[in-house]
Amino acid sequence: MPSTLISVWGLINRFLEWFGDLGLFAWQVVRSAARRPLEGRELIRQLDEIGSRSLPLVALAGAAIGAVLALETRSSLVQFGAKSLLPATIVFSIIHETGPVVTGLVVSGRVGAGIGAELGSMKVTEQIDAIEASGVNPYKSLAFTRIVACILALPLLTLAADFCGVMVGWIANTLVEPISFHKFINQGLAGTSFNDFLAPTFRTTVFGLIIGMIGCFQGMRAQGGTAGVGRSSTSSVVLSSLFVILADVILVKLILVFFP
Amino acid sequence: MMHPEQEVLLGVEENGPAEVESAGGKSDASAVVLRDLHKSFGSQIVLDGIDLTVGSGETLAVLGRSGTGKSVLLKLIIGLQKPDSGSIRIHEQEITRLNLDAMNDLRKKMGFLFQHAALYDSLTVEQNVAFPLKRHTRMTESDQRERVKELLAGVGMEADLEKMPSELSGGMQKRVGLARALALEPGILLLDEPTAGLDPITSGEIDELILKLQEEHDMASIVVTHDLHSAKTIADRIALLHEGNVLMEGSFKELEKSDDEFVSEFFKRDS
Repeated sequence: MPSTLISVWGLINRFLEWFGDLGLFAWQVVRSAARRPLEGRELIRQLDEIGSRSLPLVALAGAAIGAVLALETRSSLVQFGAKSLLPATIVFSIIHETGPVVTGLVVSGRVGAGIGAELGSMKVTEQIDAIEASGVNPYKSLAFTRIVACILALPLLTLAADFCGVMVGWIANTLVEPISFHKFINQGLAGTSFNDFLAPTFRTTVFGLIIGMIGCFQGMRAQGGTAGVGRSSTSSVVLSSLFVILADVILVKLILVFFP
Repeated sequence: MMHPEQEVLLGVEENGPAEVESAGGKSDASAVVLRDLHKSFGSQIVLDGIDLTVGSGETLAVLGRSGTGKSVLLKLIIGLQKPDSGSIRIHEQEITRLNLDAMNDLRKKMGFLFQHAALYDSLTVEQNVAFPLKRHTRMTESDQRERVKELLAGVGMEADLEKMPSELSGGMQKRVGLARALALEPGILLLDEPTAGLDPITSGEIDELILKLQEEHDMASIVVTHDLHSAKTIADRIALLHEGNVLMEGSFKELEKSDDEFVSEFFKRDS
């Protein structure tokens, strides 16, 4: 068999093995969810770590997207004589796509790396074994709490990114051609329903699930000392970003089917 | 009449509850019984039919060359790894068939000191020792604090409550690890290389500490070590692992006088 074919086969094998292990890990986390204790205090701590501390970065990213959209779209719309559509273009684009995706990618970078490195470090220094040896379920205390925190935090962070994007979009627009915020929002939201806003925002819960699950999985299977921690951190970011983008494609299609 | 499955779960198997007469004379019902224990990693056979028994109040030192599965043995006993086959009975309870909740209940009765202490590096010394108390007891904050102080005083670390693990030396980390392992007053203590990487004086201090704790708490202890001096000091009985099996078991003197080529070579290295 040619060597290329062998290496492709090996790659497919490793990918399937990784998926199988991820499935088993997810099953352990789901099973642990029903067990006591509730881990409420740890969940709040993780919400602070994942949610509150990501807020400045997410807000900044949302603001940057709003500014870029306002500046880039204006010239195109002016060319086609559709300048009045500018508020709608900015608001619709941010709420529908750029807000959720940028939030997902920014959080997967910041939080995915953090979870991967923290749990990876705990794994290679036997701290996770120590937790388990003391009769505490690490899937509940470490993984479940982080995954739930990611699921809850992502929609809230998306709202913050959307808000900052729209605000900065209006400011950037106003600097070129003054328009009241009230008028900007009214024009921006004209023709949009609540579903246009709800479905894209809540699809970020799936992004949260992906970021939390992959970060915890890669961290808790780390091995090989500090190099292993580095690998788990990097792979958490790369894989969670990749799966966020893939999930986005699938979810956009599903949203179009269920909320036409 | 009891259903066969119930008999297995209750640990009432065909041989009946095991009894052991230890070399140290501390004869009791057995705390840990391992029978025909096998464990492999891929094609590498690590444990190949281990039989061992440790009585309540007895200290067994497990010796052997690096990579002979001594640490794996401890991890099998506390359920961090699963054996390929064989039986592990803790206080008459077969653990290989226990579900996670039952295993976690049993783990509360065991203390484990990891080779590198495995202290939680984001928690202070006090929080590390309080961790099992917070998770498994209904003690008030002030009672927990008192208990932590008492445990740390027992290992000579009462002045370092607020320190982070990174601020401690290897010996100090082992002491804190010991205090954490003893927090729930376990009936069985598992020690993985308690003196590894320590200077002879600190090793001696740790040995004395283990002896003192054994006297105070009357636990069954299994100590994995390479340190023959430590084994001689703290163990009632020695088991020497070789090629996945218990090559010889007995008192330190018995093993020291053995004619077996491997045993005598192993013991000569340190004499």
